[in-house]
Amino acid sequence: MKTKMMTTVAAGAILASGLSTAAQAEDLTLCWAAWDPANALIELSKDFEEQSGHNMSFEFVPWTSFADRMLNELNSGGQLCDLMIGDSQWIGGGAENGHYVKLNDFFDANGISMDDFIPATVTGYSEWPKNTPNYYALPAFGDVVGWTYRKDWFDRPELKAEFKETYGRDLGVPASLGELKDIAEFFQGRDIDGTTVYGAAIYTERGSEGITMGVTNALYNYGFLYENPDQPYDLDGFVNSAGAVEGLEFYKELYDVGAPPGSSNWYMGENIDAYRSGQVAMQMNFAFIWPGVEADENVGSGKSGYFPNPAGPTGQFAQLGGQGISVVSYSEKQDAALEYIQWFAQPEVQAKWWELGGYSALKAVVEDPSFATSQPYAQTFLDSMAIVKDFWAEPAYADLLIPMQERIHNYVVAGDGTAQDALDGLVRDWVEVFEDEGKL
Amino acid sequence: MTASPITKAAQHTPDGIAKKIRGLSDRSIAWIFVAPTIFLLLAVNIFPLIWTIRLSFTNYRVNRPNKEVEWVGLRNYERILNDPDIWHTMQATAHFLFWTILIQVLIGFALAYLINNKFKGNDLWTTIIVFPMMLSPAVVGNFWTFLYQPQIGLFNYVVTFFTGGDPADFSMIGDVYLAPWAIIIADTWMWTPFVMLICLAGLRSIPDSIYEAAECDRASKWRQFWTITIPMALPFLMLAVLFRGIENFKMFDLVVQLTGGGPGNTTTLTSIDLKREAFEKWRTGYSSAYAVILFVTVFGLASIYVKALNKVKER
Repeated sequence: MKTKMMTTVAAGAILASGLSTAAQAEDLTLCWAAWDPANALIELSKDFEEQSGHNMSFEFVPWTSFADRMLNELNSGGQLCDLMIGDSQWIGGGAENGHYVKLNDFFDANGISMDDFIPATVTGYSEWPKNTPNYYALPAFGDVVGWTYRKDWFDRPELKAEFKETYGRDLGVPASLGELKDIAEFFQGRDIDGTTVYGAAIYTERGSEGITMGVTNALYNYGFLYENPDQPYDLDGFVNSAGAVEGLEFYKELYDVGAPPGSSNWYMGENIDAYRSGQVAMQMNFAFIWPGVEADENVGSGKSGYFPNPAGPTGQFAQLGGQGISVVSYSEKQDAALEYIQWFAQPEVQAKWWELGGYSALKAVVEDPSFATSQPYAQTFLDSMAIVKDFWAEPAYADLLIPMQERIHNYVVAGDGTAQDALDGLVRDWVEVFEDEGKL
Repeated sequence: MTASPITKAAQHTPDGIAKKIRGLSDRSIAWIFVAPTIFLLLAVNIFPLIWTIRLSFTNYRVNRPNKEVEWVGLRNYERILNDPDIWHTMQATAHFLFWTILIQVLIGFALAYLINNKFKGNDLWTTIIVFPMMLSPAVVGNFWTFLYQPQIGLFNYVVTFFTGGDPADFSMIGDVYLAPWAIIIADTWMWTPFVMLICLAGLRSIPDSIYEAAECDRASKWRQFWTITIPMALPFLMLAVLFRGIENFKMFDLVVQLTGGGPGNTTTLTSIDLKREAFEKWRTGYSSAYAVILFVTVFGLASIYVKALNKVKER
């Protein structure tokens, strides 16, 4: 009897879901960058397809052209993407230019609370204006710049002894950016197992956002501020403060004494390649690469360690990465897209997202007692997410990014002028952008 | 007897139209045939040019369609011509143009001279030599990026094999002094065969009878080279210089793949800079003025050069 009843219920459920599917099945396109987590999302989304009956398509664009391609798509009101996992800095433009659907009512109606997510990710990925409860995205992928190091090299007795003799302290995870530079210098040009290795792979790329995402990890910790905390868009003396100049000089010195020769235009991919191929002792990179490092046969399985961006003279911060998922306002399938967000926000889906290599920003996942020990890099991820700062998220973010890329790259890599010149020039460029925007 | 297709078409043409066509002059019919091409040329060449000139006097930004467009007169032109960064870019372009053309003409002509002599395997060598120019510039850029890698690149190993030292001691694309030469070497590798082919055509156009007459006059090979080969191949050499000059003035893909314009602005050529201004910074009015300046420069130089080329051909 019980079996018969279950069969009837199951048949009814299948029929009902089949009918609803037949009536509402949509082809949804999700746009994101082409990288490892995107493959994990394809895997994860199969559950959504199965449950909802909707068909998911994906448009993944390499990072170096991701912003160009997707911002053009949004600015032209294109209907390619129903769902967009856009970079954190796009949120201002997405909101003010009407590209993203405001999600407050949807969240309220479906019991999705932003209190359930890591606060930094809510501020960074979802809110516009910042620190106001206006949500245009659900935190989708928490990410932050951190460091990976060759634990197996750091543990070698002969290297430990030599380092101690040279620097008077143990070779280990650096407590400050100054110590990090010492370690990079120590490994620079060193012969390890018959191969010449180098100190640290850092971001120097000029074409998209690379060097900005790298240098800010030094600038923030030396006292750089984007603006006067008491007066928005007041830049002079904050962007180019004495501390900021010192931070920029530090980054150039790190590049000069500790980066591999020829690393003049490196970003995520080049850093990963240099590290995996055993060229460098440390690499700066976003946390998304850590699952791949652990799985790598050359540098994984305990050979690598992870640490958050070390402190500087005025504090300890790290550059925020990561993205929120938004519904594109030009989509004609907004209901189905919202359905996807509702599904994605579920704790069990978020838990599976972490298992597959996606960095969930849901507190229920990251605050679970087992989380910190679930992966060798999990604790570092948590520590790093607690110290994040982000680049401008203004609608004119692209206009603000380009001069920073130019000024910083030209000083750090090409040695043009001084750090003070570079940051003074940056202030002039940014003031011009804000004047054009009518904010000054 | 079967009617030809033309006759059939004529038979099927409605009387009204047939009468009108019969009344047209040859000149009118010619205009009817040429009109679509003229219309297309106006639409895709002339109109955009005029529109660009118009935009160059405004502050228009294509990514801000709602912002009021102001007429700024010659301000964009003044800013460009007084911008030291743009002059640096012009210098980088001139450096690239001068050295690529010089080296490619020298090597290309030398190769053509060798290939022009009949020897076993001549055709095979010609095919092997022209192989690089069959590749996509983007592929060549990527390929040379790997060759120039200080740690794993073949280029550094070859250089240090002859000079000694560690291959990682220098970085072709990461060094502000070497990067301009890195792009020149890659471009030369790719496009010298093109120059060689043009020179080869020039050399093969010289009648053997002239050399035979010179032999009869007991002219040395050296004298034959300077008084017959070079003067008669000169129009072809000049043509090669013109083609390579125009091509390299707009060089973009190879350099972007290789250095991205860096380190710093060292290898930022005008076309790369213009693309950044127009499609990264979205300063449409400013970049239109920039494009007009470049257009006038190239057009002016090319016109002078073509006149000189025609004079040489007429000799």
